[in-house]
Amino acid sequence: MSAVGTEVDTHDDHHHGPARGIGRWLFTTNHKDIGTLYLFFSLIMFLIGGSMALLIRAELFQPGLQLIEPGFFNQMTTLHGLIMVFGAVMPAFVGLANWMIPIMIGAPDMALPRMNNWSFWILPFAFAMLLSSLFMEGGAPNFGWTFYAPLSTTYAPPSVTYFVFGVHMMGISSIMGAINIIATITNMRAPGMTWMKLPLFVWTWLITAFLLLAVMPVLAGVVTMVLTDVHFGTSFFNAAGGGDPVLFQHVFWFFGHPEVYIMILPAFGIVSHIIPTFARKPLFGYASMVYATASIAVLSFTVWAHHMFTVGIPLAGELFFMYATMAIAVPTGVKVFNWMATMWRGSITFETPMLFALAFVVLFTIGGLSGLMLAIAPSDFQYHDTYFVVAHFHYVLVPGAVFGIMAGVYFWLPKWTGHVLDERAGRRHFWLSFIGVNLTFFPMHFIGLAGMPRRIPDYALQFADFNMVASIGAFLFGFSQLLFVWNVISNIRKGRQATDQVWEGAQGLEWELSSPPPYHSFSEPPKVN
Amino acid sequence: MSESHSAYYVPAQSRWPIFASVALAFLGYGAATFINSLSGDTPASYGVFLLIAGMTLLTLILFGWFGNVITESRAGLYSGQLDRSFRIGMVWFIFSEVMFFAAFFGTLFYVRTLAVPWLGGEGDKGVSQMLWPQFTAAWPLMETPDNTLFPGPKATVSPWHIPLFNTMLLVSSSVTVTLAHHALLRNDRKRLKQWLAATIALGIIFIGFQAYEYAEAYHELGLTLNAGIYGATFFILTGFHGLHVTLGTLILFIILMRVMRGHFDPQKHFAFEAASWYWHFVDVVWVGLFLFVYVL
Repeated sequence: MSAVGTEVDTHDDHHHGPARGIGRWLFTTNHKDIGTLYLFFSLIMFLIGGSMALLIRAELFQPGLQLIEPGFFNQMTTLHGLIMVFGAVMPAFVGLANWMIPIMIGAPDMALPRMNNWSFWILPFAFAMLLSSLFMEGGAPNFGWTFYAPLSTTYAPPSVTYFVFGVHMMGISSIMGAINIIATITNMRAPGMTWMKLPLFVWTWLITAFLLLAVMPVLAGVVTMVLTDVHFGTSFFNAAGGGDPVLFQHVFWFFGHPEVYIMILPAFGIVSHIIPTFARKPLFGYASMVYATASIAVLSFTVWAHHMFTVGIPLAGELFFMYATMAIAVPTGVKVFNWMATMWRGSITFETPMLFALAFVVLFTIGGLSGLMLAIAPSDFQYHDTYFVVAHFHYVLVPGAVFGIMAGVYFWLPKWTGHVLDERAGRRHFWLSFIGVNLTFFPMHFIGLAGMPRRIPDYALQFADFNMVASIGAFLFGFSQLLFVWNVISNIRKGRQATDQVWEGAQGLEWELSSPPPYHSFSEPPKVN
Repeated sequence: MSESHSAYYVPAQSRWPIFASVALAFLGYGAATFINSLSGDTPASYGVFLLIAGMTLLTLILFGWFGNVITESRAGLYSGQLDRSFRIGMVWFIFSEVMFFAAFFGTLFYVRTLAVPWLGGEGDKGVSQMLWPQFTAAWPLMETPDNTLFPGPKATVSPWHIPLFNTMLLVSSSVTVTLAHHALLRNDRKRLKQWLAATIALGIIFIGFQAYEYAEAYHELGLTLNAGIYGATFFILTGFHGLHVTLGTLILFIILMRVMRGHFDPQKHFAFEAASWYWHFVDVVWVGLFLFVYVL
């Protein structure tokens, strides 16, 4: 230990390029390097989680049990959810935040660069631990990503203990990341970058960071109670000791509902950059976008029990959570209408990022509307725990969050690499994904309304046709993502030199830097007018 | 945004974070393996070694990492703007800690006002009485619904003995740490050391009394983790608070060591302030505990 970093490096690293070799990535304090690490990590997790989804869809291709054991099926649904939420979507947004926020606000780097590195490097270890549970006695966690008690307590496999500590590690990573983003945005803005001039991606991330700080500790609390219930004899979620399994759901969803906004607000920010760029018009209703995002965040703390309408909560609770949930449609509607008004009479062109952004607006809105259907407590009694719910949250997460991320990656990739995007390849990826995603998830609405339960490896014969369609769509979507990998890697390797502005209508500090930007952008703060 | 950006210190590459990640992985994997071996699920004995190795490594790394930060700070590399980043970081870290405790306080309130009364047949979901028809709701819950699986406590801790005394200890320790801060601002190093030492002493006495109370709860009152929901909420709240007091005392002790070495001056002493904020937070949580866990 003594040889490590005991001397002080008295010059700050501003005028250096990146270090050489693997050390660059292991020891880096540079926001761009850390952003890149996050994005590649998230891509790998996306492919792993996606393979699990394909295994699920392969099993569901036909009724009856064909490929995998029901127990393993449960492990797949659990790990697929956990990996996509904590390993793919969240780190991708943190990666984009790392890359873009310091550049967008004219800062030299993130506020706390060493802690930034730590936030990232915890994740590979946490997920290695989670995935190693697949090879343990009793198998990987099999209780669903929502780990409801008593499935995760009384009936849990031994790997639940590793799951608990893995979630703790992810939580530590997220909390440090959120603190860093808050410190960066509140303290590192260039002179003249006042609050109401902040780019929307920065605003949405600031609000997201507050959500993370408020709910990740609650997740830590609930997994801790699971741990003590399993191993130390407590009875938080066991009515025999005076506890309550429903209590688990309350605490979990107090985390879980803001969590779904954590996964969508940054995408709102990205889309709010892309649509004005390709409509060649300033964003309609900037201030209302900021207030709408903040309202969604505040409301997200008052709606959690809409996930629990059928569990047996008092009537007053059902009513309160039903109306509070519907209220979220108001600020969300403001956003959707603002995007539409931005495009109204614009000179729109349809480059790849814009295609993804437009698909985001349309398909996310479909997911939002099915969410409103689910918000109506009496209707939810019919939909609860069916494929309708699966269709709903995949519409907001896949063509919502994931398309938002992909739109952002295609939008900023030329800036990062300095190479113009191959439009043909980008569009090919878009259309295959767009068709694949709808083929996969749209039929799930129908089989859900008809009563097919989620998280079951077998189903009744009348659901066979739509399941087959969904499985074909899933494989189409899944394999199309290899095109995405190809597009990103070939853009990194070669391409025509991009201009600083990259896209004709692009505005903001990030487009004033060279493409690619220098390793240390803005050692001197830019002047913002 | 008064200072210019060019003064913002962006550290060079650092080895600490990746090593800290490895240490944390040892700690997590070791803890899980160790805890599983306690329940006999996996007989693996290496868990405890991995856990200890992880904790030791993490401690060493944090010493080295903070050591780096202290040396850089004393070398004058940190601007006022960086100081603000630290302050913002600490404030929001404490906020996340508040939310951690909020989860357990929320659990306590839910159980007391809804879950236990429902099990006793009251209110909207009183139908759950049918599960254990002989059960009567009460708080503290001395008889659990299944009293053989979760034998309720024979008695609970009286708030007016040790807990009241502990409240006085912690509240006065908040005062002493503030007095130490005032002494630091006056550059009165002697008083600074005395008040800081007094704060640490109060913290240690508090932990001692808590340990004594736990021993008594386990051996005489039958108040254990297994004693139904009263025991569970009692120990999770007081236990995590106790851990935080221990951590806070350690932090204050390190601050005292730094004071002894002549660190901090009336203008620049962020670490001292951060430690005292943390201490006040721990104190406020205790007041909540005293009211809702012990008294009411």
